[in-house]
Amino acid sequence: MAVSGLLMLGYLVAHVAGNLKVFFGPEEFNAYGHWLRVMGAPVLHHAWALWLVRIVLLAAVVAHAVCAYQLSRRDVRARPTAYVHRRRRASYATRTMRWGGIILALFIVWHILDLTTGTVHPGGFEEGKPYQNVVDTFSTWYGNVIYIVAMLAVGLHVRHGFWSAAQTLGVGNARRERLLRAAANTLALVLTAGFVSVPVAVMTGVVS
Amino acid sequence: MRLTLRVWRQRNADTPGAMSTYDVDGISADMSFLEMLDTLNEDLILRGEDPVAFDHDCREGICGACSLVINGDAHGPERTTTCQLHMRSFHDGDTIDVEPWRASAFPVVKDLVVDRSAFDRVIQAGGYITAPTGAAPEAHASPVPKADADSAFEHAECIGCGACVAACPNGSAMLFTSAKVNHLNVLPQGSPERETRVLDMVAQMDAEGFGGCTLTGECATACPKGIPLPSISAMNKEWLRARRKAARG
Repeated sequence: MAVSGLLMLGYLVAHVAGNLKVFFGPEEFNAYGHWLRVMGAPVLHHAWALWLVRIVLLAAVVAHAVCAYQLSRRDVRARPTAYVHRRRRASYATRTMRWGGIILALFIVWHILDLTTGTVHPGGFEEGKPYQNVVDTFSTWYGNVIYIVAMLAVGLHVRHGFWSAAQTLGVGNARRERLLRAAANTLALVLTAGFVSVPVAVMTGVVS
Repeated sequence: MRLTLRVWRQRNADTPGAMSTYDVDGISADMSFLEMLDTLNEDLILRGEDPVAFDHDCREGICGACSLVINGDAHGPERTTTCQLHMRSFHDGDTIDVEPWRASAFPVVKDLVVDRSAFDRVIQAGGYITAPTGAAPEAHASPVPKADADSAFEHAECIGCGACVAACPNGSAMLFTSAKVNHLNVLPQGSPERETRVLDMVAQMDAEGFGGCTLTGECATACPKGIPLPSISAMNKEWLRARRKAARG
């Protein structure tokens, strides 16, 4: 869970940085989208680097989901009889890891169908014109709702996930506790704020 | 104080249990929670009913025998053992739910008593040192840095009560196992078995059917001895180190 999670987290940081290029106008954003396809050229063929990233990410998502399933099954088996007196346990981010993960998996499917393949895209999807595609998606109310809810889920997931990954890999100790918590919170906040800024910009007309 | 108790009653491991409601009167705020249960049991015996079975031994908070989930909290609302929990933590007229530790690795024996031999088997897998015993060795023969001694002592405080497992939403025994591993692994006396200890104890913990750790932190919050949550990370570090060393041969 820790290794696959950190791989995806690394990707998210690159992804949010790329998304923020939308604020520099259509030319620069579309050029960035094009660069993603010629990354590694001329050593690599067109889109090879991009497909390499996609394959690694797919492997990480599958590994993460399989681990989560096995871990959850084991945890359910370990407590066959529930307590009669129930009370709220742990923080919100911690309690929502499982459902948050499922929401994120569903979101990723929609996100790819919307902005990579264009299958469920609301406007006239045009490959190579990511700027206009993004504006189209965030001009629909449901596009905004799905996206913003998912990005809040990302923040919560990262908040518990990053810190937990550190514990799993044995990096955590009493002295680093505050540092790790702060890093997890900062990452969660930066990712959520960065991603959400795009639909907000479209809604307010900053990006159009 | 007058209280309403809802207590888990279960004749034995094979019969299903249920919560039973009892009224207890004349409880003093200075009584411990176990003395309150003694009062209930005296009452039940006088009425010719089966007294509530619960584990207890030293009643000083050092043996780890008592094990009750009180209103959903392992050892109740105070951060201490059930025997050191006093009735002043409750109010007149309260309804209190009393349940046993819940984990498949800790099957219920009767009422509130659970079988915690799974912990003993985890200890047997590596919670010892192979140094020859006999007369006490000269104290300065193997110097221990102060920080290591403190860490060992902190982890040695674990009394093996199982509150960590009871409080964990996953029924995981990571805090217990990490306390036992770290206690010996930081000391020179424990270093000959440093790798086999962590690998064997973790393997036994898994074999006993405890759940996996998702780092909710409930264990460290419930622990009456204050075993800190980063102990789990320290054990993971030891485990990864041992695996790497084993892979190198």
